[in-house]
Amino acid sequence: MMEIRTPKTHKAKRVLEKRAPKLVENGKKTLILHGTKTSATVSSVLMELYRLKKGGAIKYSRRNENIRPFESGGETSLEFFSLKTDCSIFVYGSHTKKRPDNLVLGRMYDHHVYDLIEVGIENFKSLLSFSYDKKIAPHEGSKPFICFTGEGFENVPELKQLKEVLTDLFRGEVVENLNLTGLDRAYICTAVSPTKVFLTHCAIKLKKSGTIVPRIELVEVGPSMDLVIRRNRLPNEGLRKEAMKSSKDKPKKKVKNVDQDDVLGKLGRVYIPEQEVGKIPLPDKSKGVKRERREGKVKKNKEEGSASKKLKESE
Amino acid sequence: MDTEMDQIYQIDVGNLLAFNPNHRFSSAPSSREELVKECVTEGTKLVQAIADTLFNFPSTESVDGPLVQLPPPTTKLPREKHLPRPKPPTKWEEFALKKGIQKRKKDKIVYDETTDKFKRRHGYDRVNDDNDIPIIEAKASDEPGEDPFAKRLDDKKKRVDKQQKNRLQNLKSAAKAGALPSHVQLAASALPITGTKAQPKKLGKEELGDVAGLAATSTASGGKFDKKLPGEKPPKKQGKHHKYLPVVPRYGWVDEEKEQTNKVLGKLLSKHSHEILNVGKAINMYNDKKEKKKSGRSDKLKPKKDITKKKPYANKANK
Repeated sequence: MMEIRTPKTHKAKRVLEKRAPKLVENGKKTLILHGTKTSATVSSVLMELYRLKKGGAIKYSRRNENIRPFESGGETSLEFFSLKTDCSIFVYGSHTKKRPDNLVLGRMYDHHVYDLIEVGIENFKSLLSFSYDKKIAPHEGSKPFICFTGEGFENVPELKQLKEVLTDLFRGEVVENLNLTGLDRAYICTAVSPTKVFLTHCAIKLKKSGTIVPRIELVEVGPSMDLVIRRNRLPNEGLRKEAMKSSKDKPKKKVKNVDQDDVLGKLGRVYIPEQEVGKIPLPDKSKGVKRERREGKVKKNKEEGSASKKLKESE
Repeated sequence: MDTEMDQIYQIDVGNLLAFNPNHRFSSAPSSREELVKECVTEGTKLVQAIADTLFNFPSTESVDGPLVQLPPPTTKLPREKHLPRPKPPTKWEEFALKKGIQKRKKDKIVYDETTDKFKRRHGYDRVNDDNDIPIIEAKASDEPGEDPFAKRLDDKKKRVDKQQKNRLQNLKSAAKAGALPSHVQLAASALPITGTKAQPKKLGKEELGDVAGLAATSTASGGKFDKKLPGEKPPKKQGKHHKYLPVVPRYGWVDEEKEQTNKVLGKLLSKHSHEILNVGKAINMYNDKKEKKKSGRSDKLKPKKDITKKKPYANKANK
């Protein structure tokens, strides 16, 4: 026995519609979690990440002991949280002896784990330790510039994945119209070595230059850390293809009945249906429709018109 | 820009993203500050490159500042949810397609012939309302004992139920294809017990709490020291509810006990005491008690005291 449940309030209906799969999607929300044990650096990293992504992130403050992203059974809790909070990126921080200051960045597709990448944090500098002029402090929720430097991001597959994940994480909403005065932050990621990435967050100072384009100056404001790649899990091919599908990709339509010939050029085939002689519609030979009659009528009208003119002129 | 290396940045303006694939650290950076500095300068160059293209876009003035239209992003990132799946056609839609029936837009206001007015199609005071029919003429096929009005209501109910069933079937097939509309959820309701139509009565919150309390009283200490689960309310006080007044009246406060007795005396000794005291009832009660005392007790039922037996404690006390 099944029953149909529909939301009883407009607000609930709007929430459900917002979470439904759409052609053009909303910005991805981030879920920030603690693991069984977290060190001071990890907790502050998670807190600062939450602050950077204030509008689009949800931070859980309790420990989660049954979440192990890289194990097969340890993802159920993550998927449940993702479903409940409608988040498709998660950041899971933990600290063990084997993996100190560990951060797992992961993405979800349809609320199932899509890919994971595990990084270790080194040389973490909190945003409180940077001193700068408060006027240039970036506003909450502003769209950031994201910059990647280094050949590693192109050659090393793990760094490639990290580049994609960081873009997804920092991107926020995809907007059509941008207010140029609201550009005040930039994330700089540099591949220092094939396994290490230096990440920092800077505020933008726009200085006058001779042209419309202002001169950009970056001032480090936010947290800066070194990310050391540990483990990763790439998405499986089928899932990746499905996730990358967008509505605008039309499958290449095979043009039928057209051939290319070297000698003759482009050849086409034309199919003529069988003629059913008995069923061909006969031409309309009724008197009024004949061309001579029609043309004769037109001429007559013209003459009459000119005749009436003559009459008028004579009068 | 530098011309030493072929500095072609991969810029994605829609994402405000720039990638410089050609940078190589010229020498192993000596210190952390040097490294940081170099990274920031490289970053500045990239941001400058994006800003160059960005500020050259045609901008429209708005209240907050110059607005610029961003192109769609070029880097492909995976979606967070699947593409919306096409809904399978409903039974009616299939039938309409087959028969070539077109949808016709209905007007909200319709002309009502019985009252020669324009009435709305749905809602208050509508056209062809079932409740408005005063007379239903009897047809030859009607049975004598049947109520035609009740029959109409019954028919309508049947139609509504049928439509509900059809709607459920359509939604089920849509759910099977993975295309359930976002505001609808299909949930399995309780299974009906075979043979009976009555569904098991669901216990409310308070009733569940009472049940827990009942179980607690079966323990030796009456459930007083049982570990309470989080959220469980303390048990309602069992047994007699006494309210004892304070023995020594509080300083400055009225002596409540005195007040109480004075109140009763006052009522008894007042002018209207005969109205308060039901003399007849009081006499009856007294008489009944007297009679019970006389008749009910028989000494044969009472255990007889044996005077020869000595109390053990009495002996000990003597020693």
